[in-house]
Amino acid sequence: MTKPTVAVHKFSSCDGCQLAFLNAGEALLTLSGLVDIKHFAEAGPVDDQAEVDIAFVEGSISTPAEVERIKHVRSRSKFLVTIGACATAGGIQALRNIRDSDGWKGAVYAKPEYISSLATSTPVAEHVRVDFELWGCPITTKQVVAVVRDLLYGVTPVDKADSLCMECKRAGNVCVLVAKREPCMGPVTRLGCGALCPHFGRACYACYGPAENPNGVSLGRRFLGLGLTQAQVANRFALITSHAEPFATARVHFEGKGS
Amino acid sequence: MTERKDLSINIPLLARVEGEGALSMTLRDGRVSDVQLRIFEPPRYFEKFLEGRGFDEVPDIVARICGICPVAYQMSAVHALESIFQAQPGPWVRAMRRALYCGEWIESHMLHVHLLAAPDFLGFDNAIDMAKRYKSEVARGLALQHLGNDIIQMFGGRSVHPIGVRVGGFYKAPSLADVANLVKKLRAGLAQAEEAVRWTAGLPLPESEQEFVSVALRHADEYAMNEGDIVASNGVAISPSAFEQHFVESHVPYSTALHCTFDGAPYLVGPLARLNINHDRLPQLVRALIADIGLRLPSKNMFHSIIARAVEVYYALIEAVRILEAYREEAQPAATLTIKAGEGAAATEAPRGLLWHRYEVDGAGVIRNARIVPPTSQNQARIEEDLKATIEALGASKSDDELRLLSESVIRNYDPCISCSTHFLTLQVNRESG
Repeated sequence: MTKPTVAVHKFSSCDGCQLAFLNAGEALLTLSGLVDIKHFAEAGPVDDQAEVDIAFVEGSISTPAEVERIKHVRSRSKFLVTIGACATAGGIQALRNIRDSDGWKGAVYAKPEYISSLATSTPVAEHVRVDFELWGCPITTKQVVAVVRDLLYGVTPVDKADSLCMECKRAGNVCVLVAKREPCMGPVTRLGCGALCPHFGRACYACYGPAENPNGVSLGRRFLGLGLTQAQVANRFALITSHAEPFATARVHFEGKGS
Repeated sequence: MTERKDLSINIPLLARVEGEGALSMTLRDGRVSDVQLRIFEPPRYFEKFLEGRGFDEVPDIVARICGICPVAYQMSAVHALESIFQAQPGPWVRAMRRALYCGEWIESHMLHVHLLAAPDFLGFDNAIDMAKRYKSEVARGLALQHLGNDIIQMFGGRSVHPIGVRVGGFYKAPSLADVANLVKKLRAGLAQAEEAVRWTAGLPLPESEQEFVSVALRHADEYAMNEGDIVASNGVAISPSAFEQHFVESHVPYSTALHCTFDGAPYLVGPLARLNINHDRLPQLVRALIADIGLRLPSKNMFHSIIARAVEVYYALIEAVRILEAYREEAQPAATLTIKAGEGAAATEAPRGLLWHRYEVDGAGVIRNARIVPPTSQNQARIEEDLKATIEALGASKSDDELRLLSESVIRNYDPCISCSTHFLTLQVNRESG
């Protein structure tokens, strides 16, 4: 039997989600025995023209060249999986979509005319069809191994979109929103990280993006009750996945209302 | 191959580097007439979207600059912000930050040595192929990398974008039991780390000496990580707050990373620069190993970088064990902060070298201005200078493919983190007829 082929592509990102593979240790070597890794530039194999069964895409679309490149990746891949907040939701760099990124270019670079970048940073799914999305900033090795295993057995991966509170309660953490009056994003955030922040006694900052059916405006009102300003509440929804629709809606609701 | 005078080399996508870049180089009569390390990693404008955010959000935001060295970004940021608030986090926080940083050095260096750099010297395209022949060496490297990740995970919940660091200290002190378990694992790794040093020293590394200025933090009595003056091998020593008077970033048309020069000239930051400047600050055990493998410091051979990384991993492991064996739990793992307006700068030693941050904060603790100078933009001019020197010294008798590999391995000596500097190298060598 021929081994399934895999590619890992990078767009605008910090490389952290590729580490879900590179940090897998011996599991990475096992994986390389189960699948044929055609393209994974950071790990070494380079063949971005190869046709593959599974393409993992890290990073958001933020330049004219990336808009074209993602179409080519799609046309050469049977099953396309976005990995992480950048590819799935535009990433932290999607904060530019809210504010003036042309002005930013001029402020960061002495010669902005040398820089070719779009005014927006957008998720892969706004450009091509995506078969499965992994949320998280960063994703974990566990998430990526689960997807590969499911696909190797011909099973459709399951999307877990419950709120972080489910995971947090199961972990037995003390609720930081209730007990410490911290502006915890857990109620509207997708589980998957292991409820790390509440475990460390701090408020979740929503690095796994919105859970299913989140009520951001209601949670934001609660934050106002804790003493946050409207601008601070808006900022809670505008960090890692600001471009995701439910968070964008909540942000707009609180933005510009003064404190 | 036949004698040729002129050549043009293009590497459109350089593998085994963190980020996207390309190289183009023109040779005319055996001399390099033009070399451009083109970084086309898309800019993400971190410095701008820090503006308007609370100071307490900074460690979580700057971590996202780099998945491989998030701790470095968090460390430079907290030190700069604490200097504004005149916070004194005390010896416990100081020691734990050092242990945490050891974790990142171990993780980042072992990833680079085994997965990114070593295949160059052993004749493999990548570590996965190399692992078929050098299974135990690669497995050893990955096991050590994992120890680094374990340290970060203990302090921060996860090794990529850890969540434990706050301005003033940590959100939570690790439990005695967790520390004791970790120390046991780290101790067991010491012998492997020493073997890894000997292995890198035995690799067939090219002999290529060149003159360059090394720059690193230097501390009065320890191997500097979080504190010290910025010291150069040419004798200049300055405080991190005076960085902007000596280090200037400029913008070149072919790169989204800025080029930084030191008093007008290229310079080196990173593991070899640190060893060159601070080898006398290493404990006797590490200095004895350096002597035993025959590494003479300061070294002018950039190919010694892979050995320097392995040596720093050995040191970092010893240091983490030393700190954590003396661990006591701390009920107040963070200093209380008095928020005030002001401006502050700090530099720490990221795995790839000096990482300088400056912030301006208003009276409410909101960031008004931020400036970040990552190691890779500091090394970029040095990489181009090195390529020219190495290709001219060693390139004459080489085929195009050998020349391409040599160029790529020169670049990889610096472990360029292109995601940080603004990711793939594409080498373009142009040989022109004269």
